[in-house]
Amino acid sequence: MSSPFCNFIRSTIGRKILMALTGLVLVLFVMGHMLGNLQIFLGAEVINAYAYQLHYELPTAALWGIRLFLLACVAVHIWAAVSLTLDNKRARPDSYAAEKPVQATYASRTMRISGVILLAFIIFHIAHYTARVVPGMQYEEPGVLSPTEVPLVKGGEMVLKDGQPVMTFNVNDMMVAGFQVWWVSAFYIIATGLLCMHLAHGVSSMFQTVGLRNKIWRKRLDLVALAYGWVVFIGFAVIPLAVLTGLLQMDPTGGLGEEVAAITETIQK
Amino acid sequence: MNLDAKIPEGPIAEKWSKHKVKMKLVNPANRRKYHIIVVGSGLAGGAAAASLAEQGYNVSCFCYQDSPRRAHSIAAQGGINAAKNYQNDGDSVYRLFYDTVKGGDYRAREANVYRLAEVSNNIIDQCVASGVPFAREYGGQLANRSFGGAQVARTFYARGQTGQQLLLGAYSSLSRQIGLGKVTMYNRHEMLDVVKVDGHAKGIIVRNMATGEVSRHAGDCVVLATGGYGNVFFLSTNAQGCNVTAAYRAYKRGAGFANPCYTQIHPTCIPVHGEQQSKLTLMSESLRNDGRVWVPKSAETAQKIREGKLSGNDVPEDERDYFLERKYPSFGNLAPRDISSRAAKEACDEGRGIAATGLGVFLDFRDAIKRDGRKAIEERYGNLFDMYECITGDNPYQVPMMIFPAVHYTMGGLWVDYNLESTIPGMFVGGEANFSDHGANRLGASALMQGLADGYFVLPYTVGNYLGEQGVAAAGQITTEHPAFAEVEADVKARIDKLLSINGTESPRSFHKRLGQIIWEKCGMARSKAGLQEAIQEVQALRKEFWENVRVVGDADGINPELEKAGRVADFMEFGELMCRDALMREESCGGHFRVEHQTEEGEAKRDDENFSFVGVWEYLGDDAEPGLHRESLIYENVKLATRSYK
Amino acid sequence: MEKTMNLTLKVWRQKNAATDGQFVEYPLKDVSEDSSFLEMLDILNEELVEQGKEPVAFDHDCREGICGTCSMTINGTAHGPQRATTACQLHMRHFHDGQTITIEPWRAKPFPVMKDLIVDRTPFDRIMQAGGFITGRAGSAVEANAMPIPKGTADYAMDAAACIGCGACVAACPNASAMLFTAAKVAHMNSLPQGKPEKDRRALAMVTTMDGEGFGGCTNIGECEAVCPKEISLDMIAQLNRDYAAAQVKSFFKAV
Repeated sequence: MSSPFCNFIRSTIGRKILMALTGLVLVLFVMGHMLGNLQIFLGAEVINAYAYQLHYELPTAALWGIRLFLLACVAVHIWAAVSLTLDNKRARPDSYAAEKPVQATYASRTMRISGVILLAFIIFHIAHYTARVVPGMQYEEPGVLSPTEVPLVKGGEMVLKDGQPVMTFNVNDMMVAGFQVWWVSAFYIIATGLLCMHLAHGVSSMFQTVGLRNKIWRKRLDLVALAYGWVVFIGFAVIPLAVLTGLLQMDPTGGLGEEVAAITETIQK
Repeated sequence: MNLDAKIPEGPIAEKWSKHKVKMKLVNPANRRKYHIIVVGSGLAGGAAAASLAEQGYNVSCFCYQDSPRRAHSIAAQGGINAAKNYQNDGDSVYRLFYDTVKGGDYRAREANVYRLAEVSNNIIDQCVASGVPFAREYGGQLANRSFGGAQVARTFYARGQTGQQLLLGAYSSLSRQIGLGKVTMYNRHEMLDVVKVDGHAKGIIVRNMATGEVSRHAGDCVVLATGGYGNVFFLSTNAQGCNVTAAYRAYKRGAGFANPCYTQIHPTCIPVHGEQQSKLTLMSESLRNDGRVWVPKSAETAQKIREGKLSGNDVPEDERDYFLERKYPSFGNLAPRDISSRAAKEACDEGRGIAATGLGVFLDFRDAIKRDGRKAIEERYGNLFDMYECITGDNPYQVPMMIFPAVHYTMGGLWVDYNLESTIPGMFVGGEANFSDHGANRLGASALMQGLADGYFVLPYTVGNYLGEQGVAAAGQITTEHPAFAEVEADVKARIDKLLSINGTESPRSFHKRLGQIIWEKCGMARSKAGLQEAIQEVQALRKEFWENVRVVGDADGINPELEKAGRVADFMEFGELMCRDALMREESCGGHFRVEHQTEEGEAKRDDENFSFVGVWEYLGDDAEPGLHRESLIYENVKLATRSYK
Repeated sequence: MEKTMNLTLKVWRQKNAATDGQFVEYPLKDVSEDSSFLEMLDILNEELVEQGKEPVAFDHDCREGICGTCSMTINGTAHGPQRATTACQLHMRHFHDGQTITIEPWRAKPFPVMKDLIVDRTPFDRIMQAGGFITGRAGSAVEANAMPIPKGTADYAMDAAACIGCGACVAACPNASAMLFTAAKVAHMNSLPQGKPEKDRRALAMVTTMDGEGFGGCTNIGECEAVCPKEISLDMIAQLNRDYAAAQVKSFFKAV
């Protein structure tokens, strides 16, 4: 096993570069995910349509391709982190009696902890909203975490296919219902806070690891990273906050509006 | 003692090239049969070990530090001279040669100095090729500066860390050879004796400072590059570990020791702060370009300053004595090292010294700051000012700096011929450890030049010549099984046991300090017959006391800095006496050696070329016997002897 | 005029690599504030010798901040509290009367403690032996000015070459990473035209040796830079990463 690639991933720098590259993918994904989520503020119609697009308009293979790619990135990111951490611990088994950092930021020193908690959160998050298998969430009971199907709406009207309304998940209600559980919101906000910290070091560190940083760019990239972290934090945390303060409400009509929904229901009957 | 310098025939400019042609060569395939021992890993030792290994010889290299990169060559700040004449200001090999002979007060060997100047250019080429980041001009060409009062700009430099960069260059070449297996490196090993077989140096005895193990190493020849003996003064700008042991042990085994009284005192060091001082720190001589040296005119004012009742700034202009400007109007504050140092000492002897200890003079930048602005001074000396503030806590932009002379370099060393071979055949000596190139005084930026000249360009040839003369049949014939090794090893072990068994009450460091005081007082900047005679007796008495009352705690196994120190101090004791004897013998003043009996009416050094134009070489004749003096006459065919004048 | 202070020293004492060490407390009186930190240890050692006890063993040599021998962690910081200052250049005026000072050796697996505060730093030498050189023999060098080197390049190389190899970077790193040391050497030689022919080989060989010696990886937190007495910048590590990655990419696609 001494092919160039094996040497590469055996070396500390090689594994770090893998961590940086996978980190970059995840950083971009997080931004995309956040922008997608924020559509909830545009109404159930928009967020449901967005979900429909992702789930049904994208070929299944592509959807799973993206999912597996992201999972692979997470896996490689974690593998690199774990193996490097083990090496690092081996290299420095003893600590100082009077250990104290000089200039390292809190974020940079807690990457492993923030990373581990984030991982736990990601598992929960996928179980919660994607796989929908978190016990006690009563997925079947409407109004609690309603996966109920609603019509797909566009421009205030139902989208019809072969004369029949196209049905989709009511993602709006799923999110709102989920965040109405206080501890879910709390976990979510804390996790995105940690994500902010993770990014505040990670985004700039990524550039350092691939060698694209110097004294001047370090300052700039540190700021960019911090800003990025805050943007992501605010972008994510604002949704549970809006739910908890009642700004975002459930919409069982899927954005059709109650009046239209009522008419539709009558017609259907 | 045979002091044939083996200077090649012919005009001085052709000596070295002709000599190289005549040298015996060793066939490249045969070189691997030889084993060369190099002691020391500084500029001379490191460069020699790397170059000899590159040629194909097997080399063992020893250093007392934990890595060859830490040898004290690393501390040189100013630069390295070379006769490149890049500045088109009239420099040449001859001029560098002439300046060096004159700077050495006509006590160096012409042929050696000429060769030094000749290879100086190759050194720069070699260093650049090995990646030394010398300062450059915007056009990408190498930059030069004028240094140490030279009238041409021939000094190459790498910020204030030239020695470090040159050493790291040699160290990286050495590292490559270690990686290739051609050099076996022994870190934390101290050479404690040399082994002779049939009169030739064939090995050394070393102590592993990490494990305490004493071991034998045999080779076809031995190269010593073990530095100078400045630490005989206890306080000096040398590193703590610098010592005379290797050179002194060689002396005791038959190598002649030349001119031990030639020591250089550097004028711009930070003064001693008190009893706890362990080391003196040098600040670049360049400070004297803009700083003005002064003391108060009256001893009373100086007293007030010493007591902290008055600040230097408060002394009015007409109460200041700018003594260098007064005594040497044409050179002023830039007078050479030995002259400036002595003038400072005189001022302090008159009770006009200003540091708390009374040993210090002002180096004042007030006028320069007024004239050029603080910014300009900051650009020129910013890092030096910072260093000064770091050490003393005073801000030299606001209060005048205090300086005092300190021992910096030793020109004397083991006697070597033109081939750098000592009076022990097969034992070569390079760098500060030999005596050859600087005469009685060394010019700034010449030490680095000499170390690398010896290591890169002289020893690789002359060592090969020696091995060639011995013949390939002799290669590797002597092993550590030879009875001579057992004998010397037993001596070394007995000495260690003796040191550990005395179990007295005084630490080696304390003895070292006392020795340093005697030598500094009586064999320092100004020496007198009576003082030197006293010093010899005092050192003898101290030595006796040492062997009766030294306390070396710990044991011989493993790391024991006290034991290391004790061994070195013991050698310094004996060496200090030799130094005083040499100073006593030399009834003249020259360069760094100033005998108060021999001065002009104006208090300047007075050479005696008629009677003392020779190298004084000492032969060891027994612990309690006086050493024997031999003379190598210095013949000047290319340089006319003149009095140095800096008036 | 001279101010003095009384201190309590908490010093790591360890007989040798095979035995365990522990902290021992020593009171120390009348230390001049003009003393350097190592002179303060000299005073302690003289007192210990007087009591017939073994003095504290510590590495030191030039005492002017350039040889890189001194190596100790003072109150949790490698080389102590002064920025860009080695322990030997640290002066007692930065401490105060009555203070307790904790002194420990460098802590890193590749730097085992040999005795008290002395550690074995030979892994640094081996990293150098792997590639920290520009191959060439004495005598065959071309004229020094034949190859102009832009001032900026020379200055950058000098910034990198200023490393004194003390190991504080490793000591301060929670991963005991030797990246700053290795990077400084690689950056110095790889940036100079003379060093270019061996650029890729150097980066690969030195990193492989560095990893093999058991140093940890870099987490870009910058503690090394903060304690470096020569203020070697993290930029050097960025360059090492870049040079290493480029060398790897080239080796993936090199003709076979």
